[in-house]
Amino acid sequence: MLVPVFGNAIAAEELMNPVAPAFKKSLADAALNSATKAGASYCDVRIGRYLNQFITTRNLNVENIVNTESSGVGVRVIANGAYGFASTNDMSPDGVANAARQAVAIARANARLQTEPLHMAPVQGVGEVSWATPYTRDWRTVPIKEKADMLIAANKAGLDAGASFMESRLFQVNQQKYFASTDGSYIDQDIHRLWAPLTATAVDKATNKFRTRDSLAAPVGMGFEYFDARPEHKVQAAGGVTTLYTRSYDLIEDARAAGRQAREKLGAKSVEPGKYDLVLSPEHLFLTIHESVGHPTELDRVLGYEANYAGTSFASLDKWRTRKFKFGSERVNFIADKTTPGSLGAVGYDDEGVPAKRWDIIKDGILVNYQATRDQAHIIGEKESHGCSYADSWSSVQFQRMPNVSLAAGKERLTPDEMVKDVKKGIYILGRGSYSIDQQRYNFQFGGQLYFEIKNGKITGPLEDVAYQSNTQEFWNACSAICDERDWRMGGSFFDGKGQPSQVSAVSHGSSTTRFNGVNVINTARKIG
Amino acid sequence: MKILNQEETRRICERVMALTKADQCIVKLNGNRTGNIRYARNNVSTAGLLEDTQLSVSVAYGKRQGTATINEFDDKSLEKVVRRAEDLARLAPENPEFVPAVGKQMYKPSETYSKKTAAIDPEFRAQAAAYSIEASRKSKLVCAGFFTDRTSFTTIANSNGVFGHQEETTLDFTCTVRTEDGRGSGWVKRSATDVSRFDAREASAVAIEKALRSVDAKALEPGRYTVILEPAATSDLIGFMLSGFNARSADEGRSFLSKKGGGNRLGEKLFDQQVNIWADPWNPDVPVLPWDDNTMLPRERTALIKDGRVAALDYSLYWAGKQGVRPIGGHGNMIMAGTSKSTAELIANTKKGVLVTRTWYIRLVDPQSVLLTGLTRDGTFYIENGKIKHPIKNFRFNESPVSMLNNIEEIGKPQVIAGDEVQYSMLIPPMKVRDFNFTSLSDAV
Repeated sequence: MLVPVFGNAIAAEELMNPVAPAFKKSLADAALNSATKAGASYCDVRIGRYLNQFITTRNLNVENIVNTESSGVGVRVIANGAYGFASTNDMSPDGVANAARQAVAIARANARLQTEPLHMAPVQGVGEVSWATPYTRDWRTVPIKEKADMLIAANKAGLDAGASFMESRLFQVNQQKYFASTDGSYIDQDIHRLWAPLTATAVDKATNKFRTRDSLAAPVGMGFEYFDARPEHKVQAAGGVTTLYTRSYDLIEDARAAGRQAREKLGAKSVEPGKYDLVLSPEHLFLTIHESVGHPTELDRVLGYEANYAGTSFASLDKWRTRKFKFGSERVNFIADKTTPGSLGAVGYDDEGVPAKRWDIIKDGILVNYQATRDQAHIIGEKESHGCSYADSWSSVQFQRMPNVSLAAGKERLTPDEMVKDVKKGIYILGRGSYSIDQQRYNFQFGGQLYFEIKNGKITGPLEDVAYQSNTQEFWNACSAICDERDWRMGGSFFDGKGQPSQVSAVSHGSSTTRFNGVNVINTARKIG
Repeated sequence: MKILNQEETRRICERVMALTKADQCIVKLNGNRTGNIRYARNNVSTAGLLEDTQLSVSVAYGKRQGTATINEFDDKSLEKVVRRAEDLARLAPENPEFVPAVGKQMYKPSETYSKKTAAIDPEFRAQAAAYSIEASRKSKLVCAGFFTDRTSFTTIANSNGVFGHQEETTLDFTCTVRTEDGRGSGWVKRSATDVSRFDAREASAVAIEKALRSVDAKALEPGRYTVILEPAATSDLIGFMLSGFNARSADEGRSFLSKKGGGNRLGEKLFDQQVNIWADPWNPDVPVLPWDDNTMLPRERTALIKDGRVAALDYSLYWAGKQGVRPIGGHGNMIMAGTSKSTAELIANTKKGVLVTRTWYIRLVDPQSVLLTGLTRDGTFYIENGKIKHPIKNFRFNESPVSMLNNIEEIGKPQVIAGDEVQYSMLIPPMKVRDFNFTSLSDAV
């Protein structure tokens, strides 16, 4: 059933009219000059306009449609060897000049406690440049009717297939970011991201049991063409247990599968706890990569800058300095990048004006590098920043955030079906589920959306109540096979939290289907009251 | 934009509502000035000041509704945000569950504002950081912390005559102190409306003491233990559970509060007799706004769990109407009854057990049983014969707060604690609980 009442597309009006670069440059110069005059040795200015649209639906109803817009300026300075930051939504030359002076005053107040001098890796000013997310269909121009129709059709498909309830949402993000610094850069960027999460819930009132199945698709740094559902972007999971997606997504098909699978989960066998070989699909593994590889190799965590909140890291500098720390088995290679097209982390430049790049983090199982910003690069002997600086708003101070961190595909030809054939006692896991990891990233526990038992090389049926617990280093050293590049695709986290005050960022993680031997699986079923 | 007073925000709301001929208009205006200082490795890492004001406009034509927000306030921007909300409402499909905005309400003010907190400046923040940095340096320890203060206003209005305006101040301080060799770690958290209730020296000393006491942790086998849980160990567990007190989910069969065969478990005894939890916007320790932004209904003092029985569920306006229930504003704080006993007294009464001072990274594993997983962090100790014997390595737990609140042996004196991931202000007592389920060991310090 499609939604019956609609008019024209949303008036594009000023959503589509970016603020003129000349205006932004003059505003940035007002802040740069004010900071320099107040005594700053360095200043960067970020002028941001953030446009979002969120649509929430439940069953056959559109619950809400919200457009948000936020504009303002953030000014970061170094004065007396310390950082200061101030932000304002007063976008007048006087307003930003005042914010710059406030930032200098804050830096001076902090300088008396500073014993570690700041070392900023050099960045070549790039003059006036621009970058935009490549897309063929701008979400801002897609009619609301089309978006709502798509979500309601998905919910209808899920309900028809067995769900008792369906919920789907559409998050659409446009960040218009202008960066200028005393290094001589004026960088204008236009970034687009999308995410369409859904949840199917099946209820059995007679047994008072319910189960859910969430979307198996990834959030992306793309335009609305992501929803084109092109046949060449569909792949079959091992054993044909479900359909998965690469560069475009069939929301309605996935919703239909979700409705059916949520219902099937009500009758699935409860897992016997013990050691299993795990076959992890990229739609699941991305989150394990994010938590157990992405976060511990953030240099600010390693150094202790996140000790009070997210924590520190087991991947310490002394381990890295040995050049022998065996993070994983020899087939494990992790690459960081800010460049992969369609990924959430793809940008032209980071929030310190550093061009996007790609580098090794773990090579042949050995920890070889971290994720660094300008003020951290010298600590690991790098001559320049990795370009990992990001702020989630004009009002937030930029700091080190995770780039895309991805597991390289296996070098030998191997499909997920061939991988399953080699497993005697295992579980095939798809989709992101519950996740938790300690503050130094040793001990973790993950669940998924779909679990299938593997016996003697065959998928025998669905399982429930599954979670695996392991230690990061043991887990990645238990990596025994990785499918080849034909199976490589990205998942992603749209709202990754870090920092105080907490900021969110969006990041993708790619992998092929991967096998881990002898991992501890627990049964999560409990009875209460 | 500066912090606006009641008359200034009333004028903005009236201007916005006058710009539309929609069937109804709901306006929400929030402004804040937030200062912070963050430090790590015994140095200040970032500090800043944020000022922002956000206007949200929702309009409806019949059962079609659209919402737009903006943070600019000139006439052109006000017109823009209203037209954008109108555009969205015209294009939105009818929502059969649409409920018209509530009529005029009376809100009894709560004491959410402190002049002293509003006057905090960069020097004060730097001094708060300095107390823990200097004390840590003296003890050859490494500290990381965060102090933030916020002065804000919230205004709500609608075309049916609702108007509410109130100012708030809050401060939050957290500090982690670690030994230089990374073998010991202690943490503290303090939250207050009034800065005169906050002492950075006292708070830093707590984190320092825990760091020193947690060195040389021994491994204890995972399993079920009697535990003493400090408020920072249970705040997110209880908060997660209360977020599942949604009446509609329960009635629809998708909650731990659903009843076999249909309906919900309101009135059933699910917890130990000693468990009494209520919400009260006027509580002087954890005051919150006297209305709920979402429904614009006044908050009330409401029992959520009474003598171990489920005493109230949360109703949306739509579900309350459908079920014939009188709706009230959703609660913004949570108070759990306790006794006058200190944590030390609970320890003294314990033959063998584990003291958990904080839990971390808590996630829902199974909504059917509210099974949560997470870890202990920054100070976990073994208790024997009424005394803390030695620090122990951190555990991962898999436990349901429903079971936890059923297994209570003793309760202490409630303390103010703000949730890490749950956005409630809370007053929670330390608790002694039997059979808490630790499922694996963690090497993390």
